[in-house]
Amino acid sequence: MTAKSLYQELEPLLAQVRKPIQYVGGEVNATVKEWTDAKVRWALLYPDAYEVGSPNQGVQILYEVLNEQPDVLAERCYAVWPDMEALLREKNIPAFTLDSHRSIRDFDVLGVSLATELGYTNLLNTLDLAGIPIRSADRSDSDPLVLVGGHSAFNPEPLAPFIDGAVLGDGEEPTLTISRLIAEWRESGSPEGRLGLLSKLAAAGVVYVPAFYDISYGSQGHIEAIRPNRPGVPWTVSKHTLMDLDEWPYPKKPVVPVAETIHERMSVEIFRGCTRGCRFCQAGMITRPVRERSAGTVANMVDCGLKRTGFDEVGMLSLSSADHSEIGDLAKGLADQYEGTRTSLSLPSTRVDAFNIELADELSRNGRRSGLTFAPEGGSERMRRVINKTVSEDDLIRTVTAAYASGWRHVKLYFMCGLPTETDEDVLQIARLAREVIRTGREVSGRRDIRCTVSIGGFVPKPHTPFQWAGQLPAEQTDRRLQLLRDEIRGDREYGRSIGMRYHDGEPGIVEGLLARGDRRVADVIEQVWRDGGRFDGWSEYFSFDRWSSAAANVWRDEPIDLDWFTTRERSFDEVLPWSHLDSGLDAEWLWQDWQDALAEDEVGDCRWTPCSQCGVCDQMDTHIQVGPADKVWIPTISVGATAPEMA
Amino acid sequence: MSKRQPPNEAQPVVQKLRLRYAKSGRMRFASHRDFQRALERAVRRAELPIAFSGGFSPHPRISYANSAPTGAASEAEYVQLGMREEVNAELIPDALTAALPNGFAITQCVIATSGSVADRLDASLWQLELRGVNREQVAVALNQLKVTPDVTVDRVTKSGVKQVEVGSAILESTVTAMESVAGVEACAILQVVVRHDIPAVRPEDVLTALVEYADLDEPASSVFTRLAQGPLTGDPVTVGDPFSEMR
Repeated sequence: MTAKSLYQELEPLLAQVRKPIQYVGGEVNATVKEWTDAKVRWALLYPDAYEVGSPNQGVQILYEVLNEQPDVLAERCYAVWPDMEALLREKNIPAFTLDSHRSIRDFDVLGVSLATELGYTNLLNTLDLAGIPIRSADRSDSDPLVLVGGHSAFNPEPLAPFIDGAVLGDGEEPTLTISRLIAEWRESGSPEGRLGLLSKLAAAGVVYVPAFYDISYGSQGHIEAIRPNRPGVPWTVSKHTLMDLDEWPYPKKPVVPVAETIHERMSVEIFRGCTRGCRFCQAGMITRPVRERSAGTVANMVDCGLKRTGFDEVGMLSLSSADHSEIGDLAKGLADQYEGTRTSLSLPSTRVDAFNIELADELSRNGRRSGLTFAPEGGSERMRRVINKTVSEDDLIRTVTAAYASGWRHVKLYFMCGLPTETDEDVLQIARLAREVIRTGREVSGRRDIRCTVSIGGFVPKPHTPFQWAGQLPAEQTDRRLQLLRDEIRGDREYGRSIGMRYHDGEPGIVEGLLARGDRRVADVIEQVWRDGGRFDGWSEYFSFDRWSSAAANVWRDEPIDLDWFTTRERSFDEVLPWSHLDSGLDAEWLWQDWQDALAEDEVGDCRWTPCSQCGVCDQMDTHIQVGPADKVWIPTISVGATAPEMA
Repeated sequence: MSKRQPPNEAQPVVQKLRLRYAKSGRMRFASHRDFQRALERAVRRAELPIAFSGGFSPHPRISYANSAPTGAASEAEYVQLGMREEVNAELIPDALTAALPNGFAITQCVIATSGSVADRLDASLWQLELRGVNREQVAVALNQLKVTPDVTVDRVTKSGVKQVEVGSAILESTVTAMESVAGVEACAILQVVVRHDIPAVRPEDVLTALVEYADLDEPASSVFTRLAQGPLTGDPVTVGDPFSEMR
């Protein structure tokens, strides 16, 4: 393999494209290792533009974990915009990595981070641009293994013919295991070629290889069975769970983009997993149990990360950050430590309670108090019981009132439309709630210039959640309800002008739903859409619903399935779901019961402070909740500039 | 009832540093805003005592002057930093260069006394490497351009088409040639002294003028580098050092 840098050939093209800086690499903390020193070489792809993909934590973590290995190297790549794509095709230059500008095809593994389903056409396009056959069956031993990971990989079936394998769950350990297995396989003379390697990875339980499973379908279109088709392949493939996050303080030195990106800050993951039990939330279901980083480790990561990047903002990430058992001390400690340094700290707030306001006040001690975000998700109390987002209207009003009273001027509220059992009335309740928020807000603040913005996303049922059986609301119904809500807000003469409303059309949600809950028969539709020019489906200026619906109609013209069959159709408990052989640890009976509880408007508690509800994850995966300060107490170093101990 | 946070107090500037910096290699593709972010982060990484403005969203006291366009390299860009503590100016170039991405380099740092750098940037010396055309062709086109009145080109910007008056802004020009080296084909090298009019004439505008008004063949590719920026001096005119008379 004589891989070479393509930069010389790319350089003249860079002057002709929009935002060329996104293609050049060379950022602070980017790593370029010697090509010939590595035994296993990974190209890590985030199948969207650099500005979206670069802040992604998953890629950043794996980039570091892999590059720390002496005989492994990892480089980053992103989807190229159509202007660059046209030039690459015209000049016959393959898709490349940013770090050393080598062709993606020169790598051993293409590791793809699937954070959203709407990047699937970009994945196909990147494969094609790299000169890698888009179908796994057409690849030769000289093509990289195409492995996907990330949340959408929990149902990789729509991509089954395009990928060689999927990794479920936390990627830190599996990527190291895969690297080791590849090196071993090669040292023993690459027995049985590509197939031999995939068998080895499948037998080790580390990679799900779709080609090793046969799916049979009934005459009504339903899946009859999912069966392994070769010996040594497990019947079910389980997710990976990383324990003891303190031992894995990545990223230690995040890449600092030169190009502008969607998150201009450093992110530190303060815990992984969430057991709040919101029924719509795939992330909360597939990342159980909760595993906290200790306050000391978080503080150390913040300190080292800031020194190594020069960022002036730190976001403390997780699925519900205020739930960290030491969050109060952590927030106060960091606010003390960075007082006067013009470093801002933020907590993506999702919970609605007064404690959250105290935290937000603490973190914004010296800064601007512009906007505060809460996510009640459902407009009516009934709706919130269905989705298990346990917050009463009184709590919500009290919290928001406290926010306005302590100087916040703008409150943003996140909701969903299209939730199971939802009626027009549930959605209209959002307007009533927003009015009440403004009314009490004006009262306590004594100002009329306070604002409330309601942002509404269309609900998309996702695999491995209690709503995986639910019918998705048709796009036209979503649009109609949102129109009703808009009219209701606009028509309010007293409060309407203080209320902003942000929402999206229903159609992209239907495509997301198709890709989320689809099976292998969706693959031909994805390919057709890509061949018809589908790219960047997450971007409204590129998305075309017509392209998707006509591709589906065309591909399935002789089949008993269609777009509605995959999206708006409600499933029964007996149905074999396309991801039935992929184990997130959640017990199918527990999920079904939770779905029934949702319909009955019954709530379920959080196992961190109420008894275990037997979701099955800890038993199945041999894991346990890791919260609490254990035996470590973190004392913040108050003196600015004091050096915290270097991380290992 | 409402408690509003007191805004941060502005930090007094006790020392102003004027920097000359270069952008080259891959970083020539950085936009002006890309460089701003990179510099602010480098200042933090190097732990320099920059002064911050006051108010609800404090900004570091950094002022930029007349940045080269995205895609153009430069050896002569200028920026001024307001410091809240005095620093040893001699140490700044290495410290900041080490904290910046490769391709950005701080080449000079002086302590400002009076005036502003921006006021001394009257003209630029640009070098245009025009690949795939030879010295003769460029020389002929240049002579043609000199005798053409009212040379104005259209520049497409985000906000529409902008008319740029090129002819009168070119004060001096020379053409040389570069032999083919290491796989890079032979090219003509045009150096022009361009006065900073409003709107400023960019090297791409000069090239457009040569192609549109003087029938120069479109080069296969081109690289533009600002070699100097400063006051106009002498006869024939040259671009002087903006730092020379203001230390």
